[in-house]
Amino acid sequence: MSVLSEELREKIRAEFPKYPNKRAVTLPALHLVHDTLRAVSREAIVEIAELLELHPAEVHDTMTFYNFFKDETHPLGRHRVWFCRSISCALRGGEELLETVCHRYNVHPGETTADGRMTVEFAECLGACEGAPCILVNDVCHMNVTPDSASALIEKL
Amino acid sequence: MATFEPALFARINKPDSAALKTYQADGGYSRLKEFLSMAPGDVTNIVKDSGLRGRGGAGFPTGLKWTFLPKDHPGPIYLAINADESEPGTFNNRYLMELDPHQLIEGIILACHAIRSQKAYLYLRYEYGTSYRVLDNAIRECRAAGILGTNILGTGVNCDIVLHRGAGAYICGEETGLIESLEGKRAWPRIKPPFPAIEGLFRKPTIVNNVETLCCVTQILYRGTEWFKSIGVPPDPNNPRDPGSFGPKLYCVSGHVNRPCCVELPLGVTARELIEEHAGGVWKGRRAKAVVPGGISMGFLSSSELDTKLDFAGPGRVGCLGLGTAAVVVVDDQTSMVDVLYNCCRFMSHESCGQCTPCREGTAWMTKILERIRTGQGRSEDLDLLLEVAGSMGIIPGTTICGLSDGAAWPVKNAINKFRGEFEDYIRSRRASVTSAQKLMAVH
Ligand SMILES: Cc1cc2nc3c(=O)[nH]c(=O)nc-3n(C[C@H](O)[C@H](O)[C@H](O)COP(=O)(O)O)c2cc1C
Ligand code: SF4
Ligand code: FES
Repeated sequence: MSVLSEELREKIRAEFPKYPNKRAVTLPALHLVHDTLRAVSREAIVEIAELLELHPAEVHDTMTFYNFFKDETHPLGRHRVWFCRSISCALRGGEELLETVCHRYNVHPGETTADGRMTVEFAECLGACEGAPCILVNDVCHMNVTPDSASALIEKL
Repeated sequence: MATFEPALFARINKPDSAALKTYQADGGYSRLKEFLSMAPGDVTNIVKDSGLRGRGGAGFPTGLKWTFLPKDHPGPIYLAINADESEPGTFNNRYLMELDPHQLIEGIILACHAIRSQKAYLYLRYEYGTSYRVLDNAIRECRAAGILGTNILGTGVNCDIVLHRGAGAYICGEETGLIESLEGKRAWPRIKPPFPAIEGLFRKPTIVNNVETLCCVTQILYRGTEWFKSIGVPPDPNNPRDPGSFGPKLYCVSGHVNRPCCVELPLGVTARELIEEHAGGVWKGRRAKAVVPGGISMGFLSSSELDTKLDFAGPGRVGCLGLGTAAVVVVDDQTSMVDVLYNCCRFMSHESCGQCTPCREGTAWMTKILERIRTGQGRSEDLDLLLEVAGSMGIIPGTTICGLSDGAAWPVKNAINKFRGEFEDYIRSRRASVTSAQKLMAVH
């Protein structure tokens, strides 16, 4: 049985006309699969490769270059919360913010909470340094975050 | 000096500034038809005459870059818009995309016309989800209004934009790393030449330009080259190779200031003016110890160098790498330079793509040495060792493919040369200052 649903395959095929070759659809396809399945498994890589007419090793090579994508041994929680650790955030309490939130939710950066609600990660500069320290919840940025406002955001997830 | 009127930011505080209808009400797209009826070479000449230099970090003259494309190429030719904005401290492209996307789209259409491209790929860093949704909507509005697509406004010109989202890697901002990433590969920068203008995206001639650069193109076409050249710093008469620093610039100010901000000002304001007059001064009544002039890759200004003009030539005069992204990060006098430098090195080590040994190993070892110093195990010879490693990596010493490495070396060189005493005292004290929170941030 295939891991990519027909709906997902259609979404990937819909990207083809935007580019002169199918290989360029590698990142869009990885994003689509990763968003839906919360990881890109070996089987999914093979199926993406078939669709894009590539060798699975080529898809795997691209995927693993970007730390962004998780494989089946480290699936994402339902939400992803990124804490910026670059300079402007570190200067304004970003490190302490991450530490407090990790304690509160009993996770280390890179791990998912026991209830599967969120995966906590480091981010490098989120391009929102005027609101340091900041965090990204999935792909939405929140600025001037305190441990309490971070917890409030997480509770609503 | 007369009060400066923002141009790039003229619309960002208006209600609904991202909508097509408000952009048009403010005169946007009103002369697009006229510009698209001009010969492409004439548009290029206007941009060339304006003296516009790229805003993405390298400051290369934009019009000149466009003339490097092969003449009479059968096509396709591509425009790649660099919206990877990942240099720590930098966030001006985000403002432009979220708050005035049509100013950017108009610049993209104009640039495509000038370079005879019918297709633009906008490479957007993944983290800019809001920018993605705003741009996606703006592009749809344009297609529906006949401003993008085939036969734009009946001029016979075709142009469309594809939004392409990255996946969280700083190196995708380097123009050939961006191209490789767009092609679906790992973002390993290419050896140059060939430059992208000759062989770029999908092996076709390609121009890579930054978001702010393209917004400047819109303003130059509407307001004229004389307007653009009336702002900023003219070429140094004693240096025939200096193209000057014309036009407005979006400066980002963050770190230890009272009001972190992104502000449009003429090129050439000083770091002190930015901090005092626009960012509300250093926080908690403290003083600035060090200031990043243009993203961490550019190094540091010391407290005695705050009157440096932040134009394309200024930071280089005091030993920094350049203006970079004009992102100013202020470090107060209560902060340890050891911690600040560690953070910069850790970033570069994490983001090095790994294909050049001096960069991959150099960034990792510099981080390890600083870690050792931070845990009280530093040795007196470590500072010279750091300088030796930093001096051997980069395009400038000629050992690496791209400029990430120079940007990794520069903060090390500046920090140790300008703040050596502080590093020596730290090592001598055998202090271990690293906190538990900082430990959690170790590279992985
Ligand atoms: C490591 C590295 C990262 C870069 N990141 C960016 C970036 O995020 N955005 C950008 O516009 N330029 C970035 N650049 C500069 C680009 O390589 C290129 O010079 C620029 O996009 C050209 O556009 P411009 O001439 O309009 O400035 C980076 C360069 C290097 C070496
Ligand atoms: S200098 Fe560094 S980032 Fe650039 S190509 Fe070489 S290893 Fe990669
Ligand atoms: S350093 Fe955290 S958003 Fe820029």
